[in-house]
Amino acid sequence: MAVIEDVAPPATAGLRPRGVSRREKWQRRLPLLPALIYTIIITQVPFLVTLWYSFQRYFFNEPGGAHFTGVSNYTEVFKDPNFRSALLRSVEMTAIAVIVAMVLGTALAVLLDKKFPGRGIVRTLIITPFLVMPAAASLVWTGPMLDPNFGLLNYLLQPFGVHHVAWLSNHAFGSVIVVMVWQWTPFMMLIVLAGLQSQPSDTLEAAKVDGAGPFATFRELTFPHLRPYIELGILLGSIYLVNVFDQVKAMTQGGPGTATTNLPYYLYQQVNNAFDIGGAAATGVVTVILTIIVATFALRMFARVFQFEEA
Amino acid sequence: MTATATATAVPVRDREPAGLRVRRMSGQVGWGVLAWVVGIAFFLPVLWMVLTAFKPESAAQTWPPKFVFSPTLAQFRLVFSGWGPYVTHSLIATTVSTVLVLALGVPAAYALSVHPVPHWRDGLFFFISTKMLPIVAAIGPLYVIALKTHLLDSIWVLIILYTAMNLPLAIWLIRSFMLEVPREMLEAAELDGAGRIREIGEVILPVISPGLVSTALICVIFAWNELFLALNLTVTNAATMPMFLISSVPQEGLYLAHLSAAATVASVPVILVGWIAQRSLVRGLSMGAIK
Repeated sequence: MAVIEDVAPPATAGLRPRGVSRREKWQRRLPLLPALIYTIIITQVPFLVTLWYSFQRYFFNEPGGAHFTGVSNYTEVFKDPNFRSALLRSVEMTAIAVIVAMVLGTALAVLLDKKFPGRGIVRTLIITPFLVMPAAASLVWTGPMLDPNFGLLNYLLQPFGVHHVAWLSNHAFGSVIVVMVWQWTPFMMLIVLAGLQSQPSDTLEAAKVDGAGPFATFRELTFPHLRPYIELGILLGSIYLVNVFDQVKAMTQGGPGTATTNLPYYLYQQVNNAFDIGGAAATGVVTVILTIIVATFALRMFARVFQFEEA
Repeated sequence: MTATATATAVPVRDREPAGLRVRRMSGQVGWGVLAWVVGIAFFLPVLWMVLTAFKPESAAQTWPPKFVFSPTLAQFRLVFSGWGPYVTHSLIATTVSTVLVLALGVPAAYALSVHPVPHWRDGLFFFISTKMLPIVAAIGPLYVIALKTHLLDSIWVLIILYTAMNLPLAIWLIRSFMLEVPREMLEAAELDGAGRIREIGEVILPVISPGLVSTALICVIFAWNELFLALNLTVTNAATMPMFLISSVPQEGLYLAHLSAAATVASVPVILVGWIAQRSLVRGLSMGAIK
């Protein structure tokens, strides 16, 4: 049975009486310190260095090293239409993929919550796409699945009047989304299914006795119960999908044009094609600031979701 | 749902008209068939990948696609002849980073659950907030840092970053397992005069060891599949399996079967790990929020 855990003081918290001594405090801190110091150094220092380089002109393919240029990297970022389009692309990709994956995932969860022969096998089949290495999934979709001349999808869609569509040239954005959705629907399904299975059966029973139809039951009982699970799925899915890179790199290289260039791919190009460390750093700082704004809300949502307690 | 309904509502069901019962039964069959169809549809690309991997190159690029062909291991032989360094790097980066995550994560989770530090809640949220900072934003400077510390294109740069990438998730997850250790066991250990180390080693670790295994499996999945950092920070001395895959796409010629074989080989370890860890997958992916 699935239960969303409470982040309120742990049950074991009160082993020692109140009034913790100084020595005791340090004994408690000591085991935390290695992980804390490690995480601070590895995750925070690069961002400080990013801040530093964002005010420097630094192309690492040119001699001379870095020198201070003030805010010119930032003016470049805001003047660059490609940055704005990459930002927009990132938001679009994440939002569409997360929402579609959640809708499909919920539908699949409802389906898998029913009793039928081979349910375990079907569940295993459905979670497999999530486990496939994203680079592998992208390449398999690009080639054997979506190839205009030999692809399986065109063959399967033939009866519906589809003839040799060049998916990656004509529908690049949609194709990338399809792979993202294919991989993340199982994730959403697992979370929603856990929610469905944690629903107390006696309330559903009572609703049935009261003569509530399946739709009314879903709207009035199941959906409110599922809400924190859906929120959690959306939150975690967004954290991962906003950084999506493998699919873009392997399927479209950001193209055609900049049709599928999202922020991660844009930054990758800035470093690997333009060698522009200063510019990439400024783009990074702007990205981080935008992320912090979004993350503040997300963290609040996190706190709320985790404090949810089963009735 | 249906099961409990039928079990407890037996008297009602006996009075159910035969026609209604048949309709309900066929409804169940309908759902089952639909579920199987959807399940197979979701699995189809994976199946197609594996099938194509066993084709000779000439049979992989045909119209209409071939479902019957004489299978060959030629593509796999080709893959195994070139994957050596890549798979070694992947194995090292994945195992060493996972071991480091557990070594750092277990004490940290302990300090955030069993004998919590003051402000343990802030600590927890600090760790999770690092997952929200997009690592892509720091990639340029990370490249420069790696260059200046002579870590560029070394396996250590991946080990260090994968450890940091998985640590927050592991701390949350291990903490959720530690909170389930019965309080009486901890109290008994304390009465016996067990110190912190003995408490962790002799009481907590044995109880949470299945949890540690599933934590490790989740870390393995993410580290094994990672491409962005590997692609930016390594070239040849530490290139991993995802990079092997990306490089197995030639500019011209027939390659779909070879590509499928490489993709199959690269994906199968994690698919198996995921199938084995299926039960704990939800808990791991939700960082312990869902049990």
